[in-house]
Amino acid sequence: MSTIALTDTHYGSAGRDWSGPALKRIVTGYGFWIFILSDMIMFSAFFATYAVLLGQTAGGPSGRELFDLKNVAIETGFLLASSFTCGLASIAADTRSTIWFQSAMAVTCALGLGFLAIEGNEFASLVARGAGPTRSAFLSAFFTLVGCHGLHVSAGTLWLLTMMAQVFTKGFRPDIQRRILCFALFWHALDIIWIAVFTVVYLLGSAQ
Amino acid sequence: MLGKLTWAAVPFDQPIPMIASGVVALAILATLGWVVIKGHLPYLWREWITSVDHKRIGVMYTLLAMVMLLRGFSDAIMMRAQQSLALHGQGFLPPEHYDQVFSAHGTIMIFFVAMPFMIGLMNFVVPLQLGVRDVAFPTLNSVGFWLTATGALLVNISLVVGEFARTGWLPYPPLSELAYSPGVGVDYYLWSLEISGVGTLVAGINLVTTVLKIRTRGMSYLRMPMFCWTTLATNLLIVAAFPILTATLAMLLLDRYLGFHFFTNEAGGNVMMFMNLIWAWGHPEVYILVLPAFGIFSEVISTFSGKPLFGYRSMVAATMAICILSFMVWLHHFFTMGAGADVNAIFGIATMIIAVPTGVKVFNWLFTMYGGRVRFQTPLLWSIGFMVTFIIGGMTGVLMAVPPVAFVLHNSLFLVAHFHNVIIGGVLFGAFAGYTYWFPKAFGFKLHEGFGKAAFWCWLVGFYVAFMPLYVLGLLGMTRRMQHYDVPEWRPWLVVAACGAALIMCGIAFQIVQLVVSIRQREQLRDETGDPWDGRSLEWATTSPPPAFNFAFLPEVSGEDAFWQFKKRAAEQSGSEEKPEYRAIEIPRNSPTGFVCAFFATVMGFALIWHIWWMVAVGAIGAFATFVVFAWRDHDEDTIPADEVARIDRRHRAQSHAILSREAAE
Repeated sequence: MSTIALTDTHYGSAGRDWSGPALKRIVTGYGFWIFILSDMIMFSAFFATYAVLLGQTAGGPSGRELFDLKNVAIETGFLLASSFTCGLASIAADTRSTIWFQSAMAVTCALGLGFLAIEGNEFASLVARGAGPTRSAFLSAFFTLVGCHGLHVSAGTLWLLTMMAQVFTKGFRPDIQRRILCFALFWHALDIIWIAVFTVVYLLGSAQ
Repeated sequence: MLGKLTWAAVPFDQPIPMIASGVVALAILATLGWVVIKGHLPYLWREWITSVDHKRIGVMYTLLAMVMLLRGFSDAIMMRAQQSLALHGQGFLPPEHYDQVFSAHGTIMIFFVAMPFMIGLMNFVVPLQLGVRDVAFPTLNSVGFWLTATGALLVNISLVVGEFARTGWLPYPPLSELAYSPGVGVDYYLWSLEISGVGTLVAGINLVTTVLKIRTRGMSYLRMPMFCWTTLATNLLIVAAFPILTATLAMLLLDRYLGFHFFTNEAGGNVMMFMNLIWAWGHPEVYILVLPAFGIFSEVISTFSGKPLFGYRSMVAATMAICILSFMVWLHHFFTMGAGADVNAIFGIATMIIAVPTGVKVFNWLFTMYGGRVRFQTPLLWSIGFMVTFIIGGMTGVLMAVPPVAFVLHNSLFLVAHFHNVIIGGVLFGAFAGYTYWFPKAFGFKLHEGFGKAAFWCWLVGFYVAFMPLYVLGLLGMTRRMQHYDVPEWRPWLVVAACGAALIMCGIAFQIVQLVVSIRQREQLRDETGDPWDGRSLEWATTSPPPAFNFAFLPEVSGEDAFWQFKKRAAEQSGSEEKPEYRAIEIPRNSPTGFVCAFFATVMGFALIWHIWWMVAVGAIGAFATFVVFAWRDHDEDTIPADEVARIDRRHRAQSHAILSREAAE
């Protein structure tokens, strides 16, 4: 139509009067936040299941007999420290410092792998003691919830290595910067979920 | 080497699945052969399979839905035929086959007809209505579509290789546990829904971000067309509900594959937890399906009444109220669980409350038509048919929201009649209204009106003849999913219902004829203006079909019914032609990522179903490698030069001008 106002894309944020499509960086970050929210809903289904099945030990061992809180505290320390180094990597990416970015990511990766090693060790010792996921509904719920978080950390580690390789080969392109932003959101979100796992699974579970 | 897969998995001894799959395979081979011989394969690959254009992806979603509708409907015909024959006998379908048929019917109709139909229409229309060039994440959009197609493919593979679930459209444990369903049927169900569920979630994230972040200048929330609002609500529900489905099905998978005890009878498992979890997704799912349909009816009724939508803001409020309330009624699907009178009463009342915003909407639609210049064309016929039918379905729903009534009617055919009443009358009629309404926008020519009307009347009458008897049968005490029965009083009603299904089949036949005739007569049915229905929202402001970039200039919006206002202003100040300065436009580059990723997902899903572990690894590594290759590409946009943009836009302006002045002269 002849009188359609002839303005091209005006980038900008949401004002009182909407000023057009948002910047790509904002759109990507926003979309990824929504993904994280959906992921948290998935975790909440596993949390709810764990809460329902907490007492269903079927004559097997309960959380109090199984959980080693000192071990879990070390695990938590690894993950929280990795969040800190992940933050350093984000700052390094913002200032486009390759060396700092790569070293911070490498430390993050090492801490993530350390976390996974401790978790794997815990799982293996539980199975060896006859307290594997098939023993009771309580243990099924425990292994699934904690294991799902562990699976996320593993996927995150794979993503982390991919991002290191991308920055190594392509440098800090805008699209790679956006992916670094998403990766950081993901990694920190896993921390938030771990706080809930620590509280609900280990602290409340030990009281059972 | 091949896990549980042997030649015994192919049911050579059963004629029905063999013939059915033979026909399907022949049709696929014939289509493929035609495409290859005619040399269309490069075009298909370049322009459709690898396309990241939201319009193309929307069309492919809708096409998938229509093909799967044929499959789901053949299941329906078999069930109606079986039940009208199987008095005191076995009919023609043995129990293990009949159980697969009703399970596949429900699964296909919900997940691979209703869902892709609605997501397809939203994908196609919403960026156009928002006045923008694409969705937030175009490549992810393609991934989402192809993962949905993977799910549909796996369900259909189960016809030939192995079997499908016999556990109903929701696999209730303990029946769906390994002890009672040792075959691969339930695994087919679970993996196809896990994979297509990821696709749906991706589509949901994409559309939420699109509506909230990518709108043209001046398109504030309360200026968005109603369909954009219902799209927002629907996709918020997808984002909030589908992860629960993924988690629940994952638990059942762990039970089946690794011997966990979530829903088993022994070791502390809790069967009712499955019902709670699955319906915490399942009830929002009902609204995921019907809210986009409500949006379509709002657009259609307003356009064909020549009036703005009555009570726009109350409509927005009602939509968002439904969005929230839909999470608070899940327990009404199992009042008989025995949660106690208080819990049942609360959920019964919540269920009745959710009928209120729906009632608000119905009155708004009626008042939109009141005093308007109503044009009774096919999209409006579907909308009126919807209002009548959906109100009946809604009222039987409110009836069953009364817990004592639910105890009597639970799992009876009354329930089956109720949900077909709302899903066919609401979702499917909405999908058909939207299909007829937006078809000219997608392809540049209208659908044949006469055959459209014939299809509508067959569907409408067929629906009543097929499903009203089921209400009676439910009250006569017939439960759902019966392969045979011994009550002679039921039979006449079942025969009537089968006749209704035959009438619906005529409706579908008319729809196929309509499509073929319309394609042949496309020159007479051509839409030159881009605005065939005298529309009100921005999708009608561009050509039919729209260019890849949708709009040469992003329109600036200053109120509701944006396009209607443009047209009014154009009529007032005709002749004041502006000389725009065209600029090159960047559009996202096509990518095979979605297709290749879905290929590996299919391999992985199939391998998981048959316990072929090396193949699972191949699929997983392949999918990851696909994403790495995608992430390493250097150019993610193509540029359409300014000259090309100018040529397309000038032609459109000239055409609409010629027609406007012709109309003004008349």
